[in-house]
Amino acid sequence: MVHLTAAEKSAILDLWGKVNVGEIGAEALGRLLVVYPWTQRFFEKFGDLSSASAIMSNAHVKSHGAKVLASFSEGLKHLEDLKGTFAKLSELHCDKLHVDPENFRLLGNMIVIALAHHHPSEFTPCTQAAFQKVTAGVANALAHKYH
Amino acid sequence: MALSPAEQEMVRALWKKMGTNVCIYVTEALERTFLAFPSTKTYFPHWDLSTGSAQIKTHGQKVADALTLAVNQLYDLTGALSALSDLHAHKFCVNPINFQLLGHCLLVTLARHYPGDFSPAMQMSLDKFLNLVTSALASKYP
Repeated sequence: MVHLTAAEKSAILDLWGKVNVGEIGAEALGRLLVVYPWTQRFFEKFGDLSSASAIMSNAHVKSHGAKVLASFSEGLKHLEDLKGTFAKLSELHCDKLHVDPENFRLLGNMIVIALAHHHPSEFTPCTQAAFQKVTAGVANALAHKYH
Repeated sequence: MALSPAEQEMVRALWKKMGTNVCIYVTEALERTFLAFPSTKTYFPHWDLSTGSAQIKTHGQKVADALTLAVNQLYDLTGALSALSDLHAHKFCVNPINFQLLGHCLLVTLARHYPGDFSPAMQMSLDKFLNLVTSALASKYP
């Protein structure tokens, strides 16, 4: 469970109301694949990932990024039970996709960076601190069913 | 994982653009680190760590000067940061994971202030540079 103050919850929801989930999701996933190239191992079917510009303009990356952030967005509605909310996805990432959970932490940081990039004035230190709690909570929830 | 010539150039170009503002951004990064990762405050129990604190600004200037030194000596980071590595290892006994946390908050700060320059390629160059600085700072650890 993520422990947020009322002010932190409010900061998160205020900013999230302004977020273009598809755009931020695409940017976060794209940056993950550029900055941490080993993460490309999970996306061999996505086609051309040969350069930063190829990655950022790749339609599969954009679409999958949007999907991932839509799921994260759902999590924001259930901060009191992230483990329950992400249980099935946790099983999927462990049993079928075989993703090292450390990569969830990296993607969380890419979401934080994308938010700072697109919403510089709203992304205050307090807002960042709140989002770091949430991304850590989601990463833990996604790793919870690993065995 | 050394920086390629193109990556070195990207880091130098942004540092030149920041000019005398490096200290301002590093100070902001420090404030963000203390707020987002409260465990980092354990190294400064005797300081005022509130936003705008004079002690954070002073430390921000020292860290900024060290990073600027690193940018100017990319060919020998271990040598350039040797004395600082001794200090952080033997006197302050800082767990090196904390350098990564500050590095992340510096990237967040630069993404806010230089959105047009903060392309994925720039982020990768800065990330690699900061990882090399972290390794150099940890080089004297026993």
